[in-house]
Amino acid sequence: MKISILKIIIFSLIIFALFVFWRGLKINNNYDTKSLIGSKISNFRLIEINNIDQYISEQDLKKNKYTLINFFASWCAPCRAEHKYLLNLSNENKKIKIIGINFKDKKVNAINFLKDLGNPYDFVGRDADGKISVLFGAYGIPESILVNNQLTIIKKIIGPIDQTQYNEVLKLMQ
Amino acid sequence: MLSNIGTSLVVLVLILSFLIIYTATLDLNTTSQLVKKSIYKLSLFQTTFTILIFLSLIIGFINSDFSLINVYENSHTTKPFFYKVAGTWGNHEGSLLLWINILVIFSYLFLLFNSTHDKKYRLYTLIVQNILILGFLFFLLLNSNPFNSIYPIPIEGLGLNPILQDPALAIHPPLLYVGFVGCSIYFSAAISSLLSGYGGKLFARSIKTWVKVSWCFQTLGIIVGSVWAYYELGWGGFWFWDPVENASLLPWFAITALMHSLIVLEKRNTLYSWVIILCLTTFILSVTGTFLVRSGILNSVHTFASDPSRGIYILSFLSLMIFSALIIFFIKYKKETYNFNLKSREIFILANNWFMVFFLVTVLIGMLYPIFLDVLTNVKISVGPPFFNIIIIPLVVPFMFLMAIGPKIGWIKSQNKIFYKVSFLILIAILINLFIFYFFGKYSFLTNLIFIAAIFLILHSFLDIKKIITNKNKIELPRIISHLSFGLLVLFIGINHQFSIEEDFNLKVGEIKKTNNYEINFENIKIKESKNYKAVIGNFKLTNLKNNLVQYLEPEIRIYANPETLTYEAAIKTKISSDLYLTMSNVSRSDYYNIKFQNKPFMIWIWISALMIALGGFMQLILKKNED
Repeated sequence: MKISILKIIIFSLIIFALFVFWRGLKINNNYDTKSLIGSKISNFRLIEINNIDQYISEQDLKKNKYTLINFFASWCAPCRAEHKYLLNLSNENKKIKIIGINFKDKKVNAINFLKDLGNPYDFVGRDADGKISVLFGAYGIPESILVNNQLTIIKKIIGPIDQTQYNEVLKLMQ
Repeated sequence: MLSNIGTSLVVLVLILSFLIIYTATLDLNTTSQLVKKSIYKLSLFQTTFTILIFLSLIIGFINSDFSLINVYENSHTTKPFFYKVAGTWGNHEGSLLLWINILVIFSYLFLLFNSTHDKKYRLYTLIVQNILILGFLFFLLLNSNPFNSIYPIPIEGLGLNPILQDPALAIHPPLLYVGFVGCSIYFSAAISSLLSGYGGKLFARSIKTWVKVSWCFQTLGIIVGSVWAYYELGWGGFWFWDPVENASLLPWFAITALMHSLIVLEKRNTLYSWVIILCLTTFILSVTGTFLVRSGILNSVHTFASDPSRGIYILSFLSLMIFSALIIFFIKYKKETYNFNLKSREIFILANNWFMVFFLVTVLIGMLYPIFLDVLTNVKISVGPPFFNIIIIPLVVPFMFLMAIGPKIGWIKSQNKIFYKVSFLILIAILINLFIFYFFGKYSFLTNLIFIAAIFLILHSFLDIKKIITNKNKIELPRIISHLSFGLLVLFIGINHQFSIEEDFNLKVGEIKKTNNYEINFENIKIKESKNYKAVIGNFKLTNLKNNLVQYLEPEIRIYANPETLTYEAAIKTKISSDLYLTMSNVSRSDYYNIKFQNKPFMIWIWISALMIALGGFMQLILKKNED
């Protein structure tokens, strides 16, 4: 077999791809909720659902003692299930601000959703293509992350918030 | 008991495979022109026992034999009989067994049906195929044995994921597997051809049927998966450019390219190396897809409980396959000289191949890029439909023109006569498009081009069919049907995409919602108990305001008990002109239901034309048989 540049390129590409697959096997295994806890939220910019001129970034979160970032959509049934806990949280606890990120949704549907079920959010951001949610490490919805004023993630909830999760959030804030 | 029988049979087949490799290697050096009788016998035994293994697992599922972990984890006594059987391949271990079955059956059939071909070539094919079989048998035995037992024996099983309890999904895996694993035989044949030097026309003839068979089944398998997604996932879409769908498309592009370039090899005895590359690529891509899905690197409905050790095994096997194939190819590679005339059919077939390779690379990049980025930099992105639509759709326009004209161009060199006919047809296509544009609504420039190209392809195919009827020469018919159907498919998808209506709203029982053309009356709700689930069924009365036609739709919310899951079943009313599509989901702590209503024109025609593409392939198999 003669060695030519083309062959070297082909072989290196394949070796590279296989290497990445191999690494992928490991990384995928390590990725779970716990690895996110303790990490900090990096810079983001979230645009308000009704008003494209209004936005928040990580600087705004520093003002709140605790912030719960909740990913939701009108088409997501479990989101409806967890909604009452979010409402309770915003009514009964003044230490926490809740930010909703509306994930891959139609604007009208999202607004109707909040009109029908009540709006627990201090700020609703729009993430029409799901890019910002990916930035937060959200896999699917509903998902929520609890952040303190140092921007550190102290809890991550995958799936709808239930009574146990709700109590844990309250406990964490004491 | 069943556990012991199953495992012993697997070991037996393992030994038989070794024996086949051994006797075949010995037989390589004998002077006889015929393959030894004993090899046939061994292969027959191997096939029989492999099928027996599979049957015993099916029996385990039918009898709900929970002494097998696999049955315990994936079945339940209350499941209907049909889904008990389908459950056999609805999980990783069982489907791997199915995979091995296809490898073995194809290996035997290839040996049987190619008796006119060179002995060395057949033996090498058998040896390579059996090395593949061994690889997967070891994988089954060491890592994914469906016959592993559990003690104490559980009384009840955990059940099959309800989303998989569906007729389309029961046949989807076997179809796809025949398609994907069927490619293994010409992977082996390609390597064997390199090793034995048995190339050219004869090689093309020996693998032709197998390529077509696997192409047909792949096409059918992909369509069935898509149909399932349409009515089960409840979004009303049918293709999502989801990584797993993409994984199934990659080998399909390669095999479609192969099917076409094989014609050149058979008729003109050239392009040999390229055909070999495509043979190798097709199966390598099938295994790569399987690896990505099974290892859990790609997450989707297809991921069975992921297990990294599984991934490592497939990955090592895959690397071994790729490197040995590449090294053998490079050692045996001989330079070919091509001299194609620009106006010959060869060039058009090559053009098909360039397009296929382009589509393949696009989808490959779209699929792998997020994985690479995640692994190397920990950045997570998702490459969605916009990427594929932007890159692939414009290219479909010239592709369809070539699809129409290509087969009409003669081999070697052709005249200019065709030019007038083409310009005339393009003119008609433009007029028809203008008609649609004027009467039914505005759409983008690109959509205009797509419509024109699709209509052109359709018209051109109809002229071809007319010619066939006058000439009474059926040979071209399957090809024309496939090409025509592709044109129809693109046209219907285009129309469907352009003129679909979608409404999303909340309703209470007794309320009425008016949309542009329809009045939707939520009449009542009833509860139905079924064998393996409980259903909340909504009764909706839909009145078409234009012609006062009344229709009743009954979407369901199903609550499955084992495992406990909620699924939303769409109610679909299919008509020739359009589909009415209604889903409802509950809004907790309120009387409201979230309703999604869609009116999708020509939906049924999308399925029909897609099926006709596959039908063309099957017809070709049958017609060719009659002719031989």
